[in-house]
Amino acid sequence: MRSFEYARPETEAEALELLAEHGGNTAVLAGGTDLMNLLKRDVIQPARVVDIKNVSSWREIKRHDDGILIGANTTLDEINEHAISADYRSLIDVIDGIRAIQITAHGTLAGDLCQLPHCWYFRNGYGLLAMKDGESLVATGDNRYHAILGNSGPAKFVSASRFAPPAIAWDAKVRLVTQTRSVSEGVETVSVKEEWLPLEYFFLTPKTNGQGVTVLKPGQLITHLWLPAASDTRSATYEVLELNGLDQPQASAACCLGLDGGIVRQAKIVLGHVAPTPWIAHEAANWLVGQQLTSDIAETVGRMALAKATPLSHNDYKVQMAQTAVKRALLKATNQLGEVL
Amino acid sequence: MATELKVAWGPRKENVYLGKSTLRMDGAEKASGQAKYTADTNPKDCLVAKLLTFKGGAGKVKALDLEPATKVPGVKAVYAFVKVGDDLNWDGSLVAAVAAERQEQAEDGVRAIKFAFDAAAHFVDEDDLATATKLHNDQTADVLKKYPEEVRKLADADKAKLSDDDKKKLAEYQAALTAASRIKPLGENTKGDVAAALKTAAVVHKGYYGIATISHMCLEPHGAAARFEGNKLNVNLSTQNVSGTAGQFAGPLGMDQADVTVTCLYVGGGFGSKFAADEWGVAAAKMSKETGRPVRLMLDRATELKVAGTRPSGFAEVTIAADKDGKIVAWDSHHWGSNGGLKGGTLNLAQYPYVFQFDNVNRKATGLMTNAGPDRAWRAPPHPQLCALTDTAIDDIAAKLGKSSVDVFLANIDKTNEKLQATYTAEIKRAAELIGWSKKWHAHGKGGAGPVKKGLGMAIHTWGGAAHAATCTVRINPDGSVESLSGTQDIGTGTRTAIAMVLGETFGLPLEAVKVRYGSSVYPRSGPSGGSTTIGGVTGPNRRAALAALSKLFDVVAEKHKVKGESLKAKDGKIWSDGKEVCTWKAACGLLGMMGIETQGEGPKNDGLTSAQVGGVQMADVSVDTETGIVRINQFVAVQDCGMIINEQLAKSQVYGGLIMGIAYSLTEEQILDNKTGRYINADLENYKLPRIGDIGELIVEMYQPDSEYERGVIGLGEPPVIACGAAISNAVANAIGVRVPTIPLTPKRVLDALKAAKA
Repeated sequence: MRSFEYARPETEAEALELLAEHGGNTAVLAGGTDLMNLLKRDVIQPARVVDIKNVSSWREIKRHDDGILIGANTTLDEINEHAISADYRSLIDVIDGIRAIQITAHGTLAGDLCQLPHCWYFRNGYGLLAMKDGESLVATGDNRYHAILGNSGPAKFVSASRFAPPAIAWDAKVRLVTQTRSVSEGVETVSVKEEWLPLEYFFLTPKTNGQGVTVLKPGQLITHLWLPAASDTRSATYEVLELNGLDQPQASAACCLGLDGGIVRQAKIVLGHVAPTPWIAHEAANWLVGQQLTSDIAETVGRMALAKATPLSHNDYKVQMAQTAVKRALLKATNQLGEVL
Repeated sequence: MATELKVAWGPRKENVYLGKSTLRMDGAEKASGQAKYTADTNPKDCLVAKLLTFKGGAGKVKALDLEPATKVPGVKAVYAFVKVGDDLNWDGSLVAAVAAERQEQAEDGVRAIKFAFDAAAHFVDEDDLATATKLHNDQTADVLKKYPEEVRKLADADKAKLSDDDKKKLAEYQAALTAASRIKPLGENTKGDVAAALKTAAVVHKGYYGIATISHMCLEPHGAAARFEGNKLNVNLSTQNVSGTAGQFAGPLGMDQADVTVTCLYVGGGFGSKFAADEWGVAAAKMSKETGRPVRLMLDRATELKVAGTRPSGFAEVTIAADKDGKIVAWDSHHWGSNGGLKGGTLNLAQYPYVFQFDNVNRKATGLMTNAGPDRAWRAPPHPQLCALTDTAIDDIAAKLGKSSVDVFLANIDKTNEKLQATYTAEIKRAAELIGWSKKWHAHGKGGAGPVKKGLGMAIHTWGGAAHAATCTVRINPDGSVESLSGTQDIGTGTRTAIAMVLGETFGLPLEAVKVRYGSSVYPRSGPSGGSTTIGGVTGPNRRAALAALSKLFDVVAEKHKVKGESLKAKDGKIWSDGKEVCTWKAACGLLGMMGIETQGEGPKNDGLTSAQVGGVQMADVSVDTETGIVRINQFVAVQDCGMIINEQLAKSQVYGGLIMGIAYSLTEEQILDNKTGRYINADLENYKLPRIGDIGELIVEMYQPDSEYERGVIGLGEPPVIACGAAISNAVANAIGVRVPTIPLTPKRVLDALKAAKA
């Protein structure tokens, strides 16, 4: 890999200072489980890598504001082992599905949310949108792992995050911080600008290679994720994993359900790995409200969630997979899932 | 008079080591990280080299300037594999190498090289015979149009009489024809009367079958660490061919082969792809010579996948017919595929259909020329593909008859090698018992009511496994220690342990007392480890040399102790005469004088120590999730013969390894070439999907070893267990879901696509 500066701040202010320099051409090293791949393959060329692991205020799980707060440095193992995460079954489902100690011991939830696409054209150096001579390589190339929804624009990759679908289904928010400088009467003031953003608005579908896959601006990062109180909400994530070990899901779905006497009163369903962003199935979830959740109903919801799918030349199979993921997430959340592989 | 010891293995019952289980002698070294592989070679002042490779489908070098790399800090040498105007015919083609003090500096150097190419048309769809044929015809027609008849006629003229100008024109025309070529007819032939047999058959099935190209994916990539000491070159080479590679360095370096030593004690996988010095090995040696420093050049993962060897693909359209009892009466096939490297080869026509010699056969083969890295031998070439394209069709005809495929395979065993028929029959019966075939079997497509369906499948295979040509030296030293020296290699199979067991058995000594020296080209020459030839290759010569040495020792003991040489035996560290202890081994060796005994062994010989040709049967029990396309192995049974077993644990270990590789290529592992960019688009460990431990299922391995196998002598075992996995698993999936997933690996995409196509 290329040479880069390495910085290891210990406070939030230091971290933001270090990230803001070099015009924001900096990269955050949290778990590093994907950053190292990107650097080695020369897909990104940051002038500085800021290792945030020593910012202790970002490594915590605690109850906060009638919900829970998970710091960006908290590892997946730490989340998995913490008593208060147990109520958020759909997040634990994803951790269970990673099946790789290297990732769960080092990887972080915020790092997962910020992962760049695994699109093989992107990772082989063709740019985020994989355009060549004004033409999408994905559209007529090997798109077996690409998007089946939200793919009418130039972006045809799938969102890489495994935790975004369940976290969005939980109506999670993320704390974004950046450094701001203002000059008043000749005196420069450096301050931390904080904003809380619903996670479902965090992801973007880029229209050009210069745009990113999230709202993050140069020098900005996620420090915490907040989840509302779990109360009686039932949740589950179902990921279709080809390999029984470390693997990227080919489709996934997460749901949060509020039930009353077996009738669904609230429902949120989010699909992963099917579109350039996590994909919220609003219509299907709305239809589910008021229904008794049976296997047939779950099947119907799966079909509705994918009704508008626009598969590319080689990924029609993903429609079936994603329908199955939705159906199985719903059945899993309500303890009705039978034998599956 | 010299003591005569018959060259043979001893009675099976009396063996102390042979046929028993012993741990690998180097197991602890490997598990603890003490074993030094080529990739670990890091002598003082060692430079590290990195490669610039071509990233595209096809092209021609337009510009190549290495000079800027030489200015990069730390860079000590640069090396060009190509020059301006050269063709780059596949993704990953080597362009240049840079050696530097540190890896990162070498990478900076690679990035500094000014390299440009003109892109050329590529074709990489190995299964797409129709497009390849059309491209071939269109492009060839264009060439014929472009060159006037008088130029084309030059091809038939007497070459010696052509003017220089005509020679040039002809060469241009022929090069254009070659470049236009996308297919190569590879023959067709006929046996019996297929048409007549089809008319009277009870069932006829037409099927399409395929198996994708895979890469060798050696955990330790290909590479070499070269260092000069004066005018002598020492190379640590990750190789399966210690004795055969020194000359491949000497030639290009313009030095005597006698001045080159190749060393390799441990190899992190080769599978048939590591027989050569390779252009990157030579580059390391040349850069070492230039700098006077050691240079280590190991391929990076992507390049390892792209250019260091692939197992070719195979695709076939088959018509198969059987009578009502399941006896196959006709076979008609056209198969094609690509072996990469623009070579236009495919599976050998004469070997297909595989294992079975049916009475009525039509067959035809076509090779495709694709812009992909060239093939290299991959475990049992090309049997896994042949089996995958044969035993699947047999299974489909069984399904059509509503019969269990075990019954149909048994009904056709008379069409296999006469010498193996009894073995196959016994192995099929045993494998069926082990997997519980009769209890679990159901008709195709009756795999259960829920989304997860279960199924059973089987396939059979064969392999030669004869000993390769090899020599060795065996020494009995005056202090009682013994040594074996040979330029063989232990590619992870336990060769070193096997040699120690043969000498330990022959001399009646504990294994630790035997010093096995191997892995250096200075030792007596031994064959390359490929094709399951090594176990016979090393055990035969070592047994012969050891018996010759023992005979000499017995002469001395007989004379000293006034006993008959023929009455002597070496066992438990002692020499015995007709059951009475004569002296200890050490005391006997003390009689030898300063020089001890040194004998040479060679092989193969027709003395019964080794032979060839095995069968083998495999059965799979799988589950298929019809809503996600995921296939999981529940159980996989292998019953395998291999003649006389040297070490049962290591033999089983070979089979386990074969099954795991077999499951890999059956379910997930494949080279994916993107026709859009011509790139090997999944050349990384994320998307080149190897199974994880959870994907392997329960493996049940049984060595078929009645006394009749022991009497056959030693036969190699590396290849056979990897052959039948593809067909057995594909058949089990077809049995589960009632639909043939045509192409291996059986990825979720292919399973779902096949299920959808069947519904349409």
